[in-house]
Amino acid sequence: MITNGTSKTVVKLHVNGETRDVMIRSADTLLQTLREQLGLTAAKRACQNGDCGACTVLVNGEPTHSCLSLSIESVDQHITTIEGFNNSFIQQEFVDKWAIQCGFCTPGFILNCYALANKHPNADDATIEEWMQSNLCRCTGYQEIKEAVKSVLQKHAGGSVS
Amino acid sequence: MIPFDFDYYRPDSISEAVQIYETLAKQSKKVLFYSGGTEFITFSRINQLYADAVIDLKGIPECNTLEMQGEQIVIGAAVSLNKITESNLFPLLGQTIKKIADHTSRNKITIGGNLHSRLIYRESVLPLLVAEAEVRLAGSEGETTVQLEEIFNQQLSTSPGQFLVQIIVPKTYTDSPFASFKKTKMSKVGYPIVSIAAILKNKQIRAALSGVCEYPFRSVEIEAALNDSSLSIEEKIEKAVTLLPSQIIDDIQASSDYREFVLKNTLHETMEALGAAHG
Repeated sequence: MITNGTSKTVVKLHVNGETRDVMIRSADTLLQTLREQLGLTAAKRACQNGDCGACTVLVNGEPTHSCLSLSIESVDQHITTIEGFNNSFIQQEFVDKWAIQCGFCTPGFILNCYALANKHPNADDATIEEWMQSNLCRCTGYQEIKEAVKSVLQKHAGGSVS
Repeated sequence: MIPFDFDYYRPDSISEAVQIYETLAKQSKKVLFYSGGTEFITFSRINQLYADAVIDLKGIPECNTLEMQGEQIVIGAAVSLNKITESNLFPLLGQTIKKIADHTSRNKITIGGNLHSRLIYRESVLPLLVAEAEVRLAGSEGETTVQLEEIFNQQLSTSPGQFLVQIIVPKTYTDSPFASFKKTKMSKVGYPIVSIAAILKNKQIRAALSGVCEYPFRSVEIEAALNDSSLSIEEKIEKAVTLLPSQIIDDIQASSDYREFVLKNTLHETMEALGAAHG
């Protein structure tokens, strides 16, 4: 059984292939811990309500709103943030297609696209739309983002995206 | 941030969860059961919900079941909406819950959480009501399995300390022809103006609705109107709308008049979708 009291406690989180010690309250969200304790600021604090997707990270490969997850829930899970990518193919595709604009929403879009490409490498338009509706772009650069996502899927259909 | 502190427990078994609840209740602590936690975090952050302790059910194997067992589909309370849709074990349920929130949120929202939602929509209950699902509950009095409709009256009513373990759906309902529609004000992601889940069983339509009144419901009176072979399709719908269990919602999403208009169209669409099999 996993327990955590009301005092701050040190727990281990598996983030981007590393095991990191963090000191958390049970009430701390994963977003808070990533940003404030680990300095992983690519997951953005925006709506904090699960509406915008700017805080998206991968938990065991699945896109997850880190604002709607407790840090204590994430113990024993594998968390990936965009900092875990290092000039990856998928990031370059977003740059090449100008799917970046101000950049605030970009990490969330890329992580969601990465999970989509790995789970549904041959995703049809309806599946792409269903997945990507989870993320908002206030610059409204949706056309470029759509092109980047499609390019990623076309270039890596059937293969793992990394 | 969540402005208060609480104890977090993730038990490995039903008995452990029951024991933790009893211990905390004796200390007069306010305890909430937790699975996806999306609503808990959202409402706690804005001081609309409080707990001294939460008991996370995700560590309990029975709450993570998702499989066919004989002639039944068994779904654990802590299974995410996306996993249920992807399993395709109960297509009407999969299609209905696919319209709740957005895809990323549905990785976290669980069916148990949606059934207990503080929001009025609770759309996952619609297919379960028409399919005469049962629910397995656990608590200090032991475990019990009851018909969902026995404990779902506007919302899921469980005793203090009792929690939802599993939902059991007879396979005979999961193979029936079905229709599922959700109408929102504007975007595809949003709360429903009208949401309907319907199946055709023994040439009879069974339907449940959300978004129309202040709570989701299945009405045998409305079903009788929709199945009345002496009426035309327009007459069936006109009669059905007079049999709603309470007033139609009138809010910023839609006026009651517009909601009624959309409801009539959606009922028509549902009848059409089931019509071929119905005829």
